[in-house]
Amino acid sequence: MSIHLKNGGDTRSLTFIETVERIMNIFFIPLTQICAFAIVGILLWMTFVVGTQALPAISQFGLGFLSATNWDPVRDEFGAFPQLYGTIVSSIIALLFAVPVGLGVALFLSEDFLPPKLRVILAFLVELLAAIPSVVYGLWGLAVIVPLFKVVGNWLYSTFGWLPFFSTPPSATGLGMFPAGLVLAIMVLPTIAAISRDALISLPPDLRQAAVGLGATRWETIIQVLVPAAFSGIVGAVMLALGRALGETMAVTLLIGNSNQVNSSILTPASTVASLLANQFAEAGGLQVSALMYASLVLFALTLLVNILAELLVRRVQRI
Amino acid sequence: MDQSDKFSESGYPSRSLKKSANSPRTLFGMAMTGLTFFAAFVALLPLFLVLAYVVIRGGNRLSFALFTELPPTPMQLVGGGFGNAIQGTLIMVALGALISIPVGVLAAIYMTEFARDTKAADWIRFFTNVLSGVPSIIVGVFAYGVLVLTFKNYSALAGGFALSVLMLPIIVRATEEALKLVPLEIRQGAIGLGATNFQTVVRVVLPAAIPAIVTGTTLAIARAAGETAPLLFTALFSQFYLPVSEEGVGALNQPAASLAVLVYNFATRPYENQKELAWAASLILVLLVLTTSIIARLATARRTY
Repeated sequence: MSIHLKNGGDTRSLTFIETVERIMNIFFIPLTQICAFAIVGILLWMTFVVGTQALPAISQFGLGFLSATNWDPVRDEFGAFPQLYGTIVSSIIALLFAVPVGLGVALFLSEDFLPPKLRVILAFLVELLAAIPSVVYGLWGLAVIVPLFKVVGNWLYSTFGWLPFFSTPPSATGLGMFPAGLVLAIMVLPTIAAISRDALISLPPDLRQAAVGLGATRWETIIQVLVPAAFSGIVGAVMLALGRALGETMAVTLLIGNSNQVNSSILTPASTVASLLANQFAEAGGLQVSALMYASLVLFALTLLVNILAELLVRRVQRI
Repeated sequence: MDQSDKFSESGYPSRSLKKSANSPRTLFGMAMTGLTFFAAFVALLPLFLVLAYVVIRGGNRLSFALFTELPPTPMQLVGGGFGNAIQGTLIMVALGALISIPVGVLAAIYMTEFARDTKAADWIRFFTNVLSGVPSIIVGVFAYGVLVLTFKNYSALAGGFALSVLMLPIIVRATEEALKLVPLEIRQGAIGLGATNFQTVVRVVLPAAIPAIVTGTTLAIARAAGETAPLLFTALFSQFYLPVSEEGVGALNQPAASLAVLVYNFATRPYENQKELAWAASLILVLLVLTTSIIARLATARRTY
């Protein structure tokens, strides 16, 4: 296959590959550009699709959707307050556990407590925690955390029952906000550890040298110099973890108990927006689909906001 | 304390260079060091617990029949497998890869080759990170809105589409990192010899970066294979094989099984046989992620151009 081109009297035959290359030379840069902007396009498309599908529910329930507590597909009445409450509270529980441990791991892996080779292996093992599929965590949580939680939950109730968080005995199934939050903590911990560690490692070495030169001990340097300097990166890491926790679905759906209740006690079953979607979407019809789309739009907006803030904070550290 | 408090002849305190084993500063440091060691232990404990549990519970069901037979019904007390779920997972992950790899690699090429250090590349990187933070269930809702509502049925195609959106940011970032490692001099050399942009990228830069790109892509594929949420209401589930050989692409228009959804569906069933199968499927998923992660780590560990 060949094409003859006349080029100022110089006739030359091009092979097929040359022809393709000539054509690609013209289209290649625009093609890569289109693909690059497709990423932005997908986010816009996503917003558009979820938004338009949610419109019937938005016009019907308005902002009252966010504060109403009933979810009744039979009567076509929908409110997502219990789910939003559960999403936020389970994420806060996860962060309460994951932030101290994650920060500890980040410091452990950014300092020279261990020989570098061992540190690389440990960092890899922590990353592996993030690679295990969420549904496997859920299954494991059902087998290990839930029976354990029945014992711990009973003890918390009998000892700290006067606190509103522990004011009810754990449910008979052992499912609830607390075990879900605990497994969520395991799942978001690698995010906090890895990104905080990056922030700590990317600090200029002069900072540490100056602090040590002034006579500060290792931990005085860490607490008074390194952590404050990497603070925006660490906050960014925590925000990214929050974003993960807000949208995490499978482990939470299996462990939280999926009850449409708002209760101050974290020992009771609850529900999140993501678990609501996982449970109902496949069997939904009519206005219920639209209400579910409305709930996902709210979750989408929430995670987008948290992720954009996190991204901006993490970027600030990288610019130092 | 009395000795270290003495001043030297020069008049400067000499104690500052001596570390006292029981000063508050030392004790505080030791306590903090102990706490970080403990944090590392606490962080790694779940990893080993999960791995041990999955291996023990899933290991005793491992057999060849697992990969060929269909899932057991509630009445079926022994046997069964997840051949159809493996088939469905393979098909949907392949679909996802087919869409996301070309788009992701080309997008990364734009960012490193044609828009390096520009505002545009920076913005696209920003949106890539934002896209990777979108919850996977929202991606499922999106795929439902785009494909399930349009074609009025749950399908493997919708599942594959959802997975492609989840894989895209991972592939873009891995490819970008890989292309950045290729030194600028090589591009300059190619351009200096009269190569066009296209020839430089396809014949010189990409071949040099291919191993790292393949590694990143493999990781993305392993991740996608374990995703459950986006498949729950796009591909749904099926007790049977997709009829691939007879109807060709048309079969993609039907609900499909996947390992991850099988784990979720069978996890809460009261039937012991189905629960065992959920553990076995978890073991397969964990092994997949673990081996790809370790191979990827070994492959990238010693790479310098």
